[in-house]
Amino acid sequence: MRELSLHIMDIIENSINANATLIELYIEEDTNKNRFTIKIKDNGKGIEEEMLKNITDPFVTSRTTRRVGLGLSLFESTCLRCNGSLKVYSKVNVGTEVVAIMEHDNIDRPPLGKIEETVVSVLTNPNIDLVYEHLYNDKKFTLDSREIKKILGCEEINTPEVLLWIKDYIKENLNEISGGAF
Amino acid sequence: MKTLQELEEIRKRTLDRVNQRKDRTTTRIVVGMATCGIAAGARPVLLAIMEEIEKLGLTDVVVAQTGCIGLCKMEPIVEVIKPGEEKVTYVKMDAEKARRIVREHVKDGKVVEEYTMHVIQGKILNDYKVEKE
Repeated sequence: MRELSLHIMDIIENSINANATLIELYIEEDTNKNRFTIKIKDNGKGIEEEMLKNITDPFVTSRTTRRVGLGLSLFESTCLRCNGSLKVYSKVNVGTEVVAIMEHDNIDRPPLGKIEETVVSVLTNPNIDLVYEHLYNDKKFTLDSREIKKILGCEEINTPEVLLWIKDYIKENLNEISGGAF
Repeated sequence: MKTLQELEEIRKRTLDRVNQRKDRTTTRIVVGMATCGIAAGARPVLLAIMEEIEKLGLTDVVVAQTGCIGLCKMEPIVEVIKPGEEKVTYVKMDAEKARRIVREHVKDGKVVEEYTMHVIQGKILNDYKVEKE
């Protein structure tokens, strides 16, 4: 994938298929420690222990359309290329957490890309709530779809008007915390 | 900079709209968003659809995403489901094609034939010309 935000979207798609209702996305950019961390946590149905062992194997998948699943293996190879790692923790009926770590300044690290578009496309699912926290060194931005629903006074935030507003809102705030790095 | 308070204004403005959407006239636009779709460029397609709906001021349209539709080589795939009509599947989408679909199909009700999926002699194709010859 050309952007980390596309990997993130791909992993969140797994969460959605696992019937998650709450997804937590945590991104931490620490330029001093030279670390780029992405955590994606859900409350979906979880992964069986047996399957978890080889979860990044492209031939391990729960999909039914074919026998290949590339999402996690592609993300893992990106992490490994950037001297990092990808770990998957999961418990059946509790949820799954994917933790990806990369070197921040590694030449092979893809840019984060349009993370705001990823968030917005996840929010087109009316039944899914998303908490997005982004740390850039010591500055932090948080977005909680439950808070947005509360302000709007309705569960349906998947209208283009609201979603496009959220998109710009994220973009502006990320610019703010990173000092224009996005 | 944008603040969450602005949402309050959107709420006041769109309250009527949301209520309207409850009835059975809603058109659904579904974009395939599995690994295959994402890699092929489904995200800009989804965003373009949203922007075009907003630009045209269409109110009874819902944009949704789904997983793998099972036809990865034709991704990005967009399905348009109008109430009472057969589902139309568009293949090999990009942002520009998607905008045209919103304008011509969703708004004006005219299916954009050249972007739809075709089955010719048992093969799934999207080449409109082949069928014409």
